[in-house]
Amino acid sequence: MAHSGISVLFEGTNFARLMGGLWTSVWIALVSLAIGLLLGTLFGLLRTLRSRLIRFVLLLYLEFFRIVPTVVLLFLVYYILPRQFNINMPATWMAVLAFSLWVAAEFSDIVRGALESVPKHQRESGQALGLNQWQLFRYVLLPQAIQLELPATINLATRVIKTTSLLLMISVMDVINVGQQIIEANNQTHPTGIFWVYGLIFILYFIVDYPLSLWAKHLTAKQKD
Amino acid sequence: MAEEILKVEHLNKFYGDWQALHDINFDLQKGEVVTLLGPSGSGKSTLIRTLNGLEPFKDGNIYFKGEKVEPTPKEWQKLRQQIGMVFQSYDLFPNLTVLDNILLAPTKVQKRDREEVKKEAMALLERVDLADQANSYPRQLSGGQKQRIAIVRALAMHPELMLFDEVTASLDPEMVRGVLEIIKELADRDHMTMIIVTHEMNFAAQIADRVLFLEDGKLLEDTPGKQFFEHPQTARAAEFLSSMEF
Repeated sequence: MAHSGISVLFEGTNFARLMGGLWTSVWIALVSLAIGLLLGTLFGLLRTLRSRLIRFVLLLYLEFFRIVPTVVLLFLVYYILPRQFNINMPATWMAVLAFSLWVAAEFSDIVRGALESVPKHQRESGQALGLNQWQLFRYVLLPQAIQLELPATINLATRVIKTTSLLLMISVMDVINVGQQIIEANNQTHPTGIFWVYGLIFILYFIVDYPLSLWAKHLTAKQKD
Repeated sequence: MAEEILKVEHLNKFYGDWQALHDINFDLQKGEVVTLLGPSGSGKSTLIRTLNGLEPFKDGNIYFKGEKVEPTPKEWQKLRQQIGMVFQSYDLFPNLTVLDNILLAPTKVQKRDREEVKKEAMALLERVDLADQANSYPRQLSGGQKQRIAIVRALAMHPELMLFDEVTASLDPEMVRGVLEIIKELADRDHMTMIIVTHEMNFAAQIADRVLFLEDGKLLEDTPGKQFFEHPQTARAAEFLSSMEF
């Protein structure tokens, strides 16, 4: 007899598997953000320096990651790197690599913009006190830039979390991939399973992303007054 | 003979084709207070900013304590530890408390002991009546308070020379006196060597050992203070003085 409805979510270990998939998605997003934000800070700083060559190379880097769709990036690291360069790592780490480089590119632009919008007088009064370039960056410019860039950074984080839904393209067992398997395995017994599984996934993504989005909105509003 | 702190020789500065400073020559002895006067756009700020490397100069020489300054970023960074500067817009660091604003450069640049500098910072804050604000953030303070703290922040580095660039120009009138009194006290009590750009003529007349009068980037007068205000040597300076109400 065909079951229908919500029970598909609780058959066997289905719910635990979905949660495991969600954890994979969130984990990849978090690790990529951690690496990407560090790397992006460095790139952003370098892009405020005088060297034209460095700025040009980093601009190319940014534009590459901005223009190439994320799916293509994932395919690049998943298919091209192992085949052409003999780099073999589990798909999750390949995903972390692609996402980190993407986050670094996007974040470098946020950091550059924030550093440049710290008033020129702040830089000068730091210089006048004898701070060197690094001290000026570390104690004066970066702390102020972080405040300016926080809303944009949170928005980037929500985009990264959403974009993990593409991980199924390179066979990572993320929440979408697990959901798809559950739908297919229970197709006969739970014909409406697709509705419930994707419904749950919708809610899960919402629960993860919405607080971030609210936080960003709150910060933006606070900066305005 | 007094020790020479600063000497400027044949200083020229250009912005593109436009010459901002024309062949500036003067010197400054230890303990001397010089005010830099002149109409707006005469190059006062440009000159004072050139003296600690915030503005590059095209040719000429600057000597600091008898040694010729090599105008490289590294050399300026070293010299700025001995040349304090206070700006019109205070420019305290908004991300740091008052105390941390003061401690930053002495502990990070001069690598001095934090506790020792803290003691000194508190004494300086006491002197400007702001010890109770040590843990406030700049945004909680008035303009006059911020400017007094900016002065303390510069003094905590033990500078040999202090540069003041229109430090009261953006203050409310009732805040001006407090700041000027601190500068006056620095001159009278500490015998601090200072170069002061100001539009406060009464203050300049009180404090200046010497006046440098600038117009269109040219140094028209280098005259003892009293003499400048009573008998300016050039017609332009006389005109300037009579146009200022004081």
